[in-house]
Amino acid sequence: MSAARISLVDYLRLDPAPHLVAYQCDACGARYFDRRNACARCGRTSFTSVEVDGRGEVNAFTIVHRAAPGIPVPFVAAIVKCDDGTWVRSNVVNCEPTPDAVTLGMRVRLTTFAAGVDDDGTEAVAFGYEPV
Amino acid sequence: MKLNDKKGARIMAPRISTDSVWVLGAHMTRFARYGDRDLIDLASESAMAALADGGVTVHDIDILACGSLFQASASVGQRLQKQIGQTGVPVYNVANACATGATAIRTVMMAIKSGEASIGMAVGVEQMGKMGLLGGAVKKDKKVYEPSGRFGAVTGVDGHLGTETMPGVFAQAGMQYAYENSGVGFEQFAKVAYKNHQHSALNPLAQYRKEFSMNEIMDSPMTSYPNTLLMCCPTGDGAAAVVLVSGERLASMPAEVRKRAVKVSASVLTSDPFVESGQVQPDVNTLTRNAAAQAYDASGVSPDDLDLVELHDCFATAELIHYDNLGLCEPGGAGDFIDSGAPFRDGATPVNVSGGLISKGHPIGATGVANVYEIATHLRGEAGDRQISDARVGLAHVIGLASACGIHILEKAAA
Repeated sequence: MSAARISLVDYLRLDPAPHLVAYQCDACGARYFDRRNACARCGRTSFTSVEVDGRGEVNAFTIVHRAAPGIPVPFVAAIVKCDDGTWVRSNVVNCEPTPDAVTLGMRVRLTTFAAGVDDDGTEAVAFGYEPV
Repeated sequence: MKLNDKKGARIMAPRISTDSVWVLGAHMTRFARYGDRDLIDLASESAMAALADGGVTVHDIDILACGSLFQASASVGQRLQKQIGQTGVPVYNVANACATGATAIRTVMMAIKSGEASIGMAVGVEQMGKMGLLGGAVKKDKKVYEPSGRFGAVTGVDGHLGTETMPGVFAQAGMQYAYENSGVGFEQFAKVAYKNHQHSALNPLAQYRKEFSMNEIMDSPMTSYPNTLLMCCPTGDGAAAVVLVSGERLASMPAEVRKRAVKVSASVLTSDPFVESGQVQPDVNTLTRNAAAQAYDASGVSPDDLDLVELHDCFATAELIHYDNLGLCEPGGAGDFIDSGAPFRDGATPVNVSGGLISKGHPIGATGVANVYEIATHLRGEAGDRQISDARVGLAHVIGLASACGIHILEKAAA
């Protein structure tokens, strides 16, 4: 049987192909992933949903060895700057969690992975970035 | 306005002008883990000692500001009064992340500057025990996934979408700096911790007083690369208090009191202005740079004038980037700065001679007051074995995520 899937966060859209969607301020172009009351830069209240470029580079990373209980370690956490200038917080996946394997400025692209399953068998799908 | 021609040769010592504010008394408990004492015991010890140090009593205090983060809703200021003196003066309980203590001081500063108070006390206190890793709390998986919150998340995102742990967030801040500037790597970050552990051996008030070799620091268990365990501050308990007085009131006090008073030449609090990357990674740089610029401008002090700096080294990666944010080094030159030895206690700009948060400890609410205590104690020439000789000007910096940055610049009084 094919299990239902749900994205871990609402700004990850799974169809037709996985991509991120940001709220873009109509006045100043600032981008956000959270539900907005107003723009934190210019204060305007009008936003348009835009698709975020799935490619970018690792702007900063850390290799987490100690985390809250239940979180598998080690893993690579990163700040990715997408090619369209959007900033994303994510894991770097499909990559050894060692300082030799991850480099600052490394080219990456969006991918998805299973983050868990609920009691109804619905799978939560998370996004990460993998080396290109 | 520049008041000096070169480091250590300040031409004019500050005078007691009526609109100035001064540290009259100061105290901090040793930072430690106090299983047999509660939060109010610690706050009482520091408050009463700071009052005695300033030659005043609780009945002279016009305003009390009390900073405590984890008991922010528990009326710590009033509970303190019920132990040391219920005088009926206004009490402000403040919380502002790791800038909580600095915010308490700033609250008293504003009351004195406004003319509502002539003497006030700021107390910072925290009891954390062995709290362990901060940040990165996990929501329990719901039985059935349903989007909730502003990101429509169906479960906790920490660990799935990057890290929310403090050592991880500050590791990324350091790595961002390493990406943008040359000469910064694991070794430079480790050297920060090496220095602060070394400094702490001289400070009887530090939670830890043990020196470690570079290898011991780099080989200690990895917390969040590049921050190893010995590059992270501990949790702990402690309190600190300062009594502030208006210049007008101080002028009427005895000469021996005036002699020990330390001028607060700048008191600044900033929050983080909008930057695009701040949506996903806390920007600890811009608000620190803004606060530093305001503090230098208000005081007429330049980074070259500073005889010592206590800055917010919650993690080794944080200290390194604040060298640049506070203008202690050339732009982009934080790696060279630590490599040159400049921030060691015998260097050009001693940083965290107390041992810093990394080894002195970081009971959150107390930290921003304890940093001001440390600077004031050196300016008074009363810092014992860790005294920086002839210290005349110092800067205390704290930053809490969300974010809030507090900077105080202190100057030795005219004799």
